[in-house]
Amino acid sequence: MEVGTPAFTYPEPSPWPARLWRTGILLGTLLIAIPVLVVVASLLAGYSPAWQHLLSTVISDYVFNSIVLMLGVGLGTFSLGVSAAWLTAMCEFPGRRFFSWALLLPMAMPAYIMAYTYTGMLDYAGPVQTLLRDTFGWGFGDYWFPEIRSLGGAICMLSLVLYPYVYLLVRVAFLEQSTAVLEASRNLGKTPWQTLFLVGLPLARPAIAAGVSLALMETLADYGTVAYFGVSTFTTGIFRTWYGLGELQTAAQLAAFLLLFVFTLLILERRSRQRLRFHKTAVRDFPTRISLRGWRAALGFSVALMILLAGFLFPAAQLAVWGAANYLQIFDVRFLQLVSNSFMLAALASFCCLLLALLFGYGKRLYPGPAETAAVRVAGMGYAVPGTVIAVGVLIPFAWFDNTVDSLLRETLGISSGLLLSGTLIALVFAYVVRFLAVSLQTVESGLARIRPGIDESARSLGHSPLSILRRIHLPMLRGSVLTALLLVFVDVLKELPTTLILRPFNFNTLAVRAHELASDERLADAALPALAIVLIGLLPVILMSRSMPGPQESA
Amino acid sequence: MNRIRHWPMIRILTLLAMLLPALVACSKSETVNIYSARQESLIKPLLDRFTSETGIEVNLVTGAGDALLARLSSEGRNSPADLLLTSDAGNLYRAQEAGVLQPAISAELEAAVPEHLRSPEGYWYGLSLRARVIVYARDRVNPDQLSSYQALAEPQWEGRICVRSSANIYNQSLVAGMLASEGVEATDQWLQGFVGNFARPPQGGDRDQIKAVAAGQCDVALVNSYYLGAMLQSPEPEERAAATRVELFWPNQEGRGTHVNISGAGVTQAAKHPEQARRLIEFLLREESQRWYAESNNEYPVRPGVAPSELLLSWGSFKADMINVSELGRLNAAAVMAMDRANWK
Repeated sequence: MEVGTPAFTYPEPSPWPARLWRTGILLGTLLIAIPVLVVVASLLAGYSPAWQHLLSTVISDYVFNSIVLMLGVGLGTFSLGVSAAWLTAMCEFPGRRFFSWALLLPMAMPAYIMAYTYTGMLDYAGPVQTLLRDTFGWGFGDYWFPEIRSLGGAICMLSLVLYPYVYLLVRVAFLEQSTAVLEASRNLGKTPWQTLFLVGLPLARPAIAAGVSLALMETLADYGTVAYFGVSTFTTGIFRTWYGLGELQTAAQLAAFLLLFVFTLLILERRSRQRLRFHKTAVRDFPTRISLRGWRAALGFSVALMILLAGFLFPAAQLAVWGAANYLQIFDVRFLQLVSNSFMLAALASFCCLLLALLFGYGKRLYPGPAETAAVRVAGMGYAVPGTVIAVGVLIPFAWFDNTVDSLLRETLGISSGLLLSGTLIALVFAYVVRFLAVSLQTVESGLARIRPGIDESARSLGHSPLSILRRIHLPMLRGSVLTALLLVFVDVLKELPTTLILRPFNFNTLAVRAHELASDERLADAALPALAIVLIGLLPVILMSRSMPGPQESA
Repeated sequence: MNRIRHWPMIRILTLLAMLLPALVACSKSETVNIYSARQESLIKPLLDRFTSETGIEVNLVTGAGDALLARLSSEGRNSPADLLLTSDAGNLYRAQEAGVLQPAISAELEAAVPEHLRSPEGYWYGLSLRARVIVYARDRVNPDQLSSYQALAEPQWEGRICVRSSANIYNQSLVAGMLASEGVEATDQWLQGFVGNFARPPQGGDRDQIKAVAAGQCDVALVNSYYLGAMLQSPEPEERAAATRVELFWPNQEGRGTHVNISGAGVTQAAKHPEQARRLIEFLLREESQRWYAESNNEYPVRPGVAPSELLLSWGSFKADMINVSELGRLNAAAVMAMDRANWK
């Protein structure tokens, strides 16, 4: 694996647990990878004449817009996430403790809902522009105002919603960074800014890469925002091909190309830092924050406040205004049912994802063979696929399994088992795991990467088994990453829509489904409350986590 | 070791998850299971009424039409769905093509639904009509200048038209309807002129187009009529104000008539309760149900002779395009390709 340092090999473990780990990982990843493989397998099927049409008309648009969107959101999430993380982890200014968790809030906002709220505010017909026109007596075309429903607008929306991925992961990385290194940099006469760019950022690179790649995968899978803004991206192209042309096969092929593209990017990124190691020192030292004073404190405060305003307070206020009118009629028993459905699914899926991420991530650390590494990579690819497409990838194998069992039973015993798994919550939770495993995997892996193998070595030489090391040493050290992984998946499932829509059982609704149905009927006022409820429930784990977030000052 | 404490919770939740489908499976035999592309709030009140009247339980999953169709197809003969409800003709046509529907025939159904609004073989039936109309700014457009969809390609409308993206099914059906009656060449030509007249890149939903006309960003827009109705009855004062600044125009009254699409339903091939499913369709076509569509969502009844709501009456009667709506499904792909060629985003 690593060139330049002698690769560490464990003292030959007894072959039995090793074989168990390896087969477990391979089988587990294979299972999770099935839907992704179903999508990729479409590449082997025939290519319909629709391809000719796509290539000659729209595909260049799709590719161009998707790439610009990716670059924009990459830059946006990087700068928002890293500055927020640096401010709250390494600096001391008034309100820092509050901002350190409040800056996570935008994550709970579904991107398309955010898009609706900003359009409501900034559209030509919206209050801001109307006020400008009324104040200055302008008419249409008399003045310039940024068009919110545009590629640029989509970049802003997605950056605001997705930067918390970068923020969370990088913040943990900053907090866990060895202060000795940072202080050395300061003692050698570097300014805080130079320290950030010369030491802090390079050391946090695995976390930055993990956060930004999560943000980008989600960007490429986003449909709601770009569709509403009328920006044709690869994802809208996939749905146009499927719904409009009626070509599910061609749509799956498009999705497969998207997957291969993302896969290549991830591999390249990993390759480029393969020679580097990012372990923290064994001794947990307490970073001393840079105290901001005077205008610097004011600047730090305002930067954090602006991010919070744009990413959360403005859109939430707009939702509250919309929702205020009809809050009474919506709080009934059925609404509570929605809340409990959403909560249960999100909790279940986040635990499943975490469990698998620990198993896969740790297994890969134990036995970093090429097969294991590749298998784990593929299992994490579901995140880059639009939800509806991955849902079809789940539908097909599940229905095949059910129908095969049913046929067998009919032939042999003369009874019908019907659909065993399709249309059940098991299928739905499985789909969530397929889709969101990447999130917990990236988080856990970037956490594991910071634990020196020396610790494993010592523990192994003291006679501990891999499982016992995971339980007694890694889990406690990974506490921040574990909580982060739980939180991220929880919130993601809470706002997940397309997979839920198509795979859920009869009469089973979630908050996201309700918000979407109302919004898609363009009843924004009615959609506001379920959307707000998603945000509020998303708050719970954010607050819980903020209490146990790593960082000496906070836990003290 | 905090984490260990969570174990019992995971077990309980998993157990719960496993129980739920069993509960659905154990439900009574007098049921109808529906896959519906029409969203819950636009159908549930009628379904509840059906249940209280007949005692037949109704189970519902809503979602995107094509996704539900994919689910129906892959579940095959074991699919629990008895009825597929869609909000456009295209998906019913596709479902019929995919072989997941079966004919449901009764004298009542045939009497209730005009021939052009159902599948010729009885695979599916229209339940409500949705018309795509022109709305225009009262203060800037003289309705005498308006006549047809085709006329919107004329140079006088340059930079004055708002319409949503061509990814939207209503726009696709509109173009499919034009393909059916005018042919490819005329449609391509019309699209060239029409797309060239857009005031801004296509974006937003139908309500957003109405708001843009009201605010002066453009002078005319193509929208489904019930969105205008919904805005006129909106709880938000701004929406009501915007809606009163525009007027509805019925296009193509001299020619083939205004383009209409349907929401509709068909009994699935795998149906375990085909009888009950057919009864539900019949129920949805009864006069009072048909009036509900008009009153609650400003759609037009498919059943002849049912008086629409007061608001719909105020818009006057109109001549609708009489081509069979299955043509819209058949030509949908061709329509999307034509729109791609014309660079309608």
